[in-house]
Parts: sequence; C-alpha cells; structure tokens
Amino acid sequence: MKILVCISKTADTTAKIAFTPDQKSFLETGVQFIINPYDEWYALVRAVELKEQYPDTVLHLITVGGADTEPILRKALAIGGDAAFRVDLQPISIEQVAISIAAHVRDQGYDLIFTGKETIDYNGSGVGGYLAGLLDWPFISLATHFSYDGNIAVVEREIEGGRETDEAPLPLVVSCQKGIAEQRIPNMRGIMTAKSKPLQVLEAPQEARQPLLQIDHFALPPKKSGVHLIEPGNEAELVRLLHEEAKVI
Amino acid sequence: MAIFVFADQQKGAFKKASFETLYYASQLAKQQQQEVVAVVMGEMNSATSLQDLGRYGARRVLHVDGNWLNDFDARLYARILKQILNQQEASLCVLPHDFNGRALAPYLAAQWGATLLTGVTSLPDAQGCFQKQVFSGKAIAWIKPNAARQVITLLPNTFTPQPADQQAEVAQWQPLQEEAQQRRIRVKEVQTTQGRVPLSEASIIVSGGRGLKGPENWGMIEQLADVLGAATACSRPVADAGWRPHHEHVGQTGLTVRPNLYIAIGISGAIQHLAGVNGSKYIVVINKDPEAPFFQAADYGIVGDAFEVVPRLIEAIKKYKGIS
Ligand SMILES: Cc1cc2nc3c(=O)[nH]c(=O)nc-3n(C[C@H](O)[C@H](O)[C@H](O)COP(=O)(O)OP(=O)(O)OC[C@H]3O[C@@H](n4cnc5c(N)ncnc54)[C@H](O)[C@@H]3O)c2cc1C
Ligand SMILES: Nc1ncnc2c1ncn2[C@@H]1O[C@H](COP(=O)(O)O)[C@@H](O)[C@H]1O
Repeated sequence: MKILVCISKTADTTAKIAFTPDQKSFLETGVQFIINPYDEWYALVRAVELKEQYPDTVLHLITVGGADTEPILRKALAIGGDAAFRVDLQPISIEQVAISIAAHVRDQGYDLIFTGKETIDYNGSGVGGYLAGLLDWPFISLATHFSYDGNIAVVEREIEGGRETDEAPLPLVVSCQKGIAEQRIPNMRGIMTAKSKPLQVLEAPQEARQPLLQIDHFALPPKKSGVHLIEPGNEAELVRLLHEEAKVI
Repeated sequence: MAIFVFADQQKGAFKKASFETLYYASQLAKQQQQEVVAVVMGEMNSATSLQDLGRYGARRVLHVDGNWLNDFDARLYARILKQILNQQEASLCVLPHDFNGRALAPYLAAQWGATLLTGVTSLPDAQGCFQKQVFSGKAIAWIKPNAARQVITLLPNTFTPQPADQQAEVAQWQPLQEEAQQRRIRVKEVQTTQGRVPLSEASIIVSGGRGLKGPENWGMIEQLADVLGAATACSRPVADAGWRPHHEHVGQTGLTVRPNLYIAIGISGAIQHLAGVNGSKYIVVINKDPEAPFFQAADYGIVGDAFEVVPRLIEAIKKYKGIS
C-alpha cells in the first residue's frame, strides 16, 4: 500500500495572536510553530500504525509551504514516514493547497490519503474534500476510526449527535480527528533517522499560484466587558440574569 | 439568478443548520436581489414538508428523491449538485458548515471549479468581504472571494432564522440514471444518542472539567442539562480519562461549539479549551478558584464549590420553570 499524509504548519496552540499594524498579516515574531495537531496526532500516527500492520507500505508526507516548513516536515518524519515532499508555495487558500497536492498525487499511485480535520490557524476544514474532488476519489470526513483489511476500508465518522460507519474502496481520502489514533512522541531513533530521510522540493503547479480569494484584513474579537460575579448561595439571581438580561433561558 | 442552498436532512428530517443556512441565504439574496433555491436529496419522512422551506426563505425547492440518496456520500452528492448548478447557471452555492457540509462543500467546489470559503459568520460587507473566525476563534478574518463560482459554508448557530409565512414551490429534479452507480461509500450503520440534543446543534451546553473529580459526579451535570434542555460537554482531560465519551470533548482538538449559553463547571479555562467555546454568546463559569482564567472569558460567574453551587442552581432553575 502507498499512503500520503498531508502535513501543515501552524502556530502553537498557546501562541499570542497579534497582527501587523496594517492588520494585513499575522505577526510571527516570538511565535513557535508546530505540526498541526490533527495532522500529527491523528492522521500521521494512524498512517504509521498501518505501516506497522502492513510492513511493505510506503508512507509519504507532503506539505505546501515555504522553506520555513522544513523543520516541521523533519519533525513529522521523526514520528514516521519514508520520504517527504514540499511543494514550494505560500498558500493562502484551500484550493491552492489542494491543487498543489493533487498535482503530486497524479503520478504517484497512492491508495490512501490522510489529512487532518482542519488547520487550527485558518480553520478551513476543506483541503481533504477539495483534494478528493480534484482526484474524483471518494472522501470520508472527520473520521474517528479507520481500519483496512487489505480490500476495503471501514471508517467511522462523526455526524450530528452520533457516529456513522462507512465502507469504501481504495483509493480514498480521509480527514482524521480525535479517536482515530493516540498521540505519539518521537523517539531518539526516529529523530536521528529523520535527518537522512529524503525531502524533495517540488515546483508549484501553475494553476495553484493565484489564490481565488483574498484576505482583506484580520482583527481580534471584541473584548468581553468583564465578568459579572454572583455570590454563591444566590443562584436565583444568576437564573434571573440569564432570563432577563442575557435572554438565553 | 438564484442562490442555491443545500438543505441537508438526517433520517428524512431537516437539520437545524439547514434552516439557518436557508435563512442566511435569503438575507444574502435580499442584498443581491436574487431568489433562493433549496436542493434536497433523498426521501423525506411524512412529517416533513418541502413547501415549508419557504418559511426560511426558499422560493423554490428542487427535490432529488429516491432511497439511493438517503445516505450521504460526498462524491455522489457533489456530482448531482454540480449537474443542478450547471443546468441552472448558478454561481453561488451555500451549505451548512456541519459534518456533511464540511465534506460536500469542498468536494463540490473542486468539481465545479469554484472558490471555497468555509465557516463564514456574516453577510458580505460593502467591499464584498465575509467574516470568518480564524485561529480557533481567537481572531476574525475578512475574506473576499475572487472567482465567478463560489461555494460558501455558514458556521452553525450564527444566524437565527425568523420564519415567515411563505411556501416554496416544489419541483422534482431527475438526475441521470447512471448516477446511482456512482456511489462509492456504503453506510453500514448510523448510531445517534437518543433523547439529548446533539452537542453541535445545542443552544445551551453544560460542560464539566477535571474539577468534578470523577465520572460518578456527572449526575448533577446531566440533571442541570436536563432542566435546561441542554447538551453535555467536557474538557479534554475528562474525555482522555474516559470519564465521558470522546465526542463530548470540546476545544482546540475537539468540537467547536457556539451555543447561546455555555456553562463551564470545574474547568480552568485553558487557552485550548477556550478556542472551542469562545464563540458562545454567553458564558457562565462556576469554579472554586477566583484566579481561574475562564473567568476572564465569562459573562457571569460564581466563585464556589461546584458540589454546592450546581445542586442549588438546579433548584433555582426548577423554581423559575415551575418544575417541582
Ligand atoms: C495542543 C493541545 C491541545 C489541547 N486541546 C484541548 C481541547 O481541545 N480541549 C480542552 O479542554 N483541553 C485541551 N487541551 C488541554 C488544556 O491545555 C487543559 O489542560 C485542559 O483544558 C484542562 O482541563 P480542565 O479545565 O478540566 O482541568 P484543570 O486544568 O485541572 O482544571 C480544573 C478546574 O476545576 C476547578 N475546581 C476544582 N475543584 C472544584 C470544585 N469542587 N468546584 C469548582 N471548581 C473546582 C479548579 O479550580 C480548576 O480551575 C489541549 C492541550 C494542548 C497542549
Ligand atoms: N499547506 C498545507 N500543506 C499540506 N497539507 C495541508 C496544508 N494545509 C492544510 N493541509 C491539510 O489539510 C487539512 C485541512 O486543512 P484546512 O482545510 O486548511 O483546514 C490539514 O489538517 C492538513 O492535513
């Protein structure tokens, strides 16, 4: 089997969110960057597990980004994977990422592509579906379980108030979330071998270079006016406020 | 020209997010002097009226009927939607940013050659920019689509429908016969929790954290949820410890929720937890530590021991609601 995992770079979950004075771009100074948690903990780890189950599996990682994403790719390689690819483009939209990845997929013969549920910075939740749509492969989103018996994939996905169990043939694109695997910490051997694994830089396809949208500006959400504290013992007052002031009950 | 809306159903009934999306599209249509067409896939149950989608702003409904469409398959649905959009010369399709919408919208956008804008929270402003939450709700971006064809998803719980006294015209839409062979996903089983409101659709959520000490103490959380008609949620360590099911975990790595009211009990308010809940309209925090960071994100708070405060709160709500 041949698997591709899509890896993205995001600001650390505790990073202070601030923008340049013109509000046009995210202020990166002092921000630590990490592998998007959904990609690392769930998509990548489940793929590594599949490789352990089927040892002849070839596992590739791909990211669309500038040279600054290479440390992130190396980190991902330390968790697992045989080779990594970086499409040299700074994307701002979902379709730029999907078109770039699709161009690489077309001549590689992958059976399975995993993405994360969403990037925690842009929160698009779109790359997996867009990629599947470009490839005309079936797509299962927000998977909480994935198994493959050598013939058919059985995938559990989240739906409103519950779960759905699906069966699908390969090739297949799956977006992964919590439940599909458990976070793994890379070990020393992984970190050492990651350094010598191949990392190939690919040119971005022409169609991916122009985004079909434009980010005009950013802003921080309006600040809360401050908490209204109610004395313990006076819960009836809270109920009154929720009813009369907030009008939510 | 018309704005097309995918009105999604589950077991033959429309989802709450479908009504919100229709209503949102009708506001958008007003801005642009267009009409709204709802597209419905699969068999509806006998209690559901397609004409009634007019109440939420649909002028017309295109129903693609047939049991072969009852189960979701992003690829199959996208193929059919694309045929409709092409035949009707559409340029904009709006979907809910819910579980199916997040699969179908990008698939459709790719197949239809559209730009994709997901999780918007506003109508476009004078410059044509839509607002969207980024950095897990820690910031907002103003984004302008730049393509003739657009697919947009609306974040659930952002727009509250104001139903009007109108009916929609309903027409059947016949897809090509061979489409039935295009299904790739076979849905084997659907399990939904009975009784309680699904977390993703809840307008009130009662959430518990590690401060509750153990799963045996969730009785009062469920009781509070019951008297409020709320859904229950939890922080990540609570789900990781197996005190509560995984699907209740909210936050950066769990579910993002936007209820009208989020009641956080024994949760410290770590930044990763807040990322999943800070879109809530009102937040109530009950925590015994006055320094808990959650108070900074709260509208109302009680500094006190949950084991004393929550039972009293349940009583106060019962009294207010006239339940004994
Ligand atoms: C990359 C990453 C992603 C993460 N994603 C998430 C996520 O999605 N969701 C999430 O929730 N967390 C997430 N976390 C974990 C997060 O950082 C916190 O550790 C977690 O939210 C803490 O859970 P808690 O508030 O329940 O527990 P604690 O931090 O232990 O807080 C318990 C609180 O209960 C209070 N308390 C104790 N006893 C009582 C009592 N008797 N009455 C009232 N109050 C009491 C305490 O004062 C305290 O404030 C993530 C962490 C990382 C690093
Ligand atoms: N720049 C990127 N390079 C590679 N994969 C990406 C990139 N951006 C997003 N992805 C993948 O697509 C998933 C969903 O991203 P998004 O649609 O942007 O929320 C992520 O979890 C990644 O697996």
